Amino acid sequence: MTTLESAPQQQDDSSFGEPVGKVGDKVFHGLSFGAAALILVVLAAVALFLFAEGLPAFTGDTSELDGDGSFLSYVGPLIFGTIYIACIALLLATPVAIAVALYISHYAPRKLAQTLGYFIDLLAAIPSVVYGLWGISVLAPIMSRSVFPWLRDNLGFIPIFGSDVAIAASGRSTFTVGVVLAVMVLPIITAISREVFLQTPRLHEEASLALGSTRWEMIRQAVLPYGRSGVISGAMLGLGRALGETMAVAIILSPAKGYFWDVLTTQNSNSIAANIALQFPESSGLEVNRLIATGLVLFLITFGVNSIARRVANTGFSGADG
Amino acid sequence: MSLTESQTPESGPVDDLVMRDSMKSGSLAGRPMLMIFGGAVVLGALSWLPFGSVNWARWVMVTLVSYLVLTLVISRVVETPRQATDRFATAVMNTAFLLVLLPLVSVLWTVIERGSNRFDWAFYSQSMRGVIGAGGGGYHAIVGTLIVTVLTAVIAVPFGLFTAIYLVEYAQGGRFSKMVTGLVDVMTGIPSIVAGLFAYALFVLLDGPGHRSGIAGAVALTLLMTPVVVRTSEEMLRLVPNELREASYALGVPRWKTIVKVVLPTAIAGILTGIVLAIARVIGETAPLLVTVGITTDVNKNPFSGRMATLPVFSYNSYKFPTLPPDASIDRAWAAALTLVLIVVILFTIARILSSILKPKGLR
Repeated sequence: MTTLESAPQQQDDSSFGEPVGKVGDKVFHGLSFGAAALILVVLAAVALFLFAEGLPAFTGDTSELDGDGSFLSYVGPLIFGTIYIACIALLLATPVAIAVALYISHYAPRKLAQTLGYFIDLLAAIPSVVYGLWGISVLAPIMSRSVFPWLRDNLGFIPIFGSDVAIAASGRSTFTVGVVLAVMVLPIITAISREVFLQTPRLHEEASLALGSTRWEMIRQAVLPYGRSGVISGAMLGLGRALGETMAVAIILSPAKGYFWDVLTTQNSNSIAANIALQFPESSGLEVNRLIATGLVLFLITFGVNSIARRVANTGFSGADG
Repeated sequence: MSLTESQTPESGPVDDLVMRDSMKSGSLAGRPMLMIFGGAVVLGALSWLPFGSVNWARWVMVTLVSYLVLTLVISRVVETPRQATDRFATAVMNTAFLLVLLPLVSVLWTVIERGSNRFDWAFYSQSMRGVIGAGGGGYHAIVGTLIVTVLTAVIAVPFGLFTAIYLVEYAQGGRFSKMVTGLVDVMTGIPSIVAGLFAYALFVLLDGPGHRSGIAGAVALTLLMTPVVVRTSEEMLRLVPNELREASYALGVPRWKTIVKVVLPTAIAGILTGIVLAIARVIGETAPLLVTVGITTDVNKNPFSGRMATLPVFSYNSYKFPTLPPDASIDRAWAAALTLVLIVVILFTIARILSSILKPKGLR
């Protein structure tokens, strides 16, 4: 083991020589560092440009805008609508998504589970405009025909279902949109929950089963506690997507201006994103600036939700590395 | 209901009390559970008899609810409470799964059924130029979607890949790389419409109000695609065993060459799969293109000037603002939607094939 030079390496590299390797390294390092730095620049630019283009809505001559021109009275109902719709979607989707994730991870046969996982991923990629078209032409009629009357007659004691305003005959109400968004965010929550459920340490599961637990008891003792933080962060990511979802809401909802709690009627608060999509093509001047300002508000809301999701994901024993 | 009783020693005299006791130690595994589900289906079918006509929704709902209730009640009677809870939990999982399949199958079925009305050659060869009423097609939108998506990929793939390379190969876990990772997360959460507004704001500053062009749409989509590429590439690069890098360094190979010749080829299957899936995600984005690219009736192959039609926006527009007669317009909307779904399915299939043929041998 003395100074035997390794011939193959010499052949391979001597044609390049030491300096060339160094130059290549510098270039490559520079490129990749530049790309990483560009991420920073781009995000700063997003905030900056939105702010710059949104600012005139406050400082400009607001008399050319409809209503009393105050930004808060314009964006208030939209914020309410955005959060309200997203929360309905999340409430509907999360329990089902957890059950489906458990089904795939612990109940379905392995072969079937793989196919199902692939299917769920595929569904997450179906364009939102397709869900929108489906929602208005298939789901909305079913809703107004059978689901809405049933909800009002049987669950009318819950304030949001029982109101004096007539049921939306077209079915284009908050509840329908909530259901469609639930279908859309379900694959996301399912995919993330499934991942964490599958990561449950095998020993925890087997220990539980060895003590005589049934499958459900094992899931409650080993799988759910382990996956809790993952499920919560998955739900928050789903919420983030529901908040920013545009086309399905824009196509299905029949919006009105104001705050509306009832979910079955023709009076519905619009969401920020859908409002932008609906108004933008016909807007000009200060209206555009105002829409961009609402976009900034939406950005801040989703940013907040996603930060919470990340914080949750980092706490608890998520065991991402183990 | 045939109950497979477990062999309990005291299953002797058929006394009422003892009978119930031996029932308690029975088991519903296998056939009985299937029969319970079958019974629920029949109950569901019976539920629409009084109304005279087949009501699929009621059938399904009654079936699922009675499946749950029957499982709980029968299992309570026959088995122990703990087993009953377990059976009920299983029934809930099965129900949830069936419940989810319902809208998803319905979405796919609707798209195929209504999209097939205009799934013809004319749709794929004609634009909407000068078309009033029936006829016409989505050729211009397909061309637009391809141009915008290719532009997006051309920008986002190197951008995302180099960022991932920086994070995995160069950064030593410093504050800068932590910040970049955090910002990539933020980028992942940007609503698509906000990305569109950003691109619009950017090009308004460069070009003046009312700007619409393919490149603006590509910039918006880049914002959405890059974080996905970074995430998946990062994950794949981290999977490359360190021994490979060290072996390469030990042979005196410079770092960049190690990355290009050793690390990337090892991870290429996962990276390509990730890129294809990222393209599938952005190709159906509607909202950002609605604000940045707009819509037109003619083929526009120049992404740097003027509006372009894209499939998602074309679909949305044809549905929302139908020309007379509305049916022709709505058929075109569904045909465009079907085309989009087909593209997504094809991309997913490609991703699957890629990941299976490019997977390096010996790794997992």
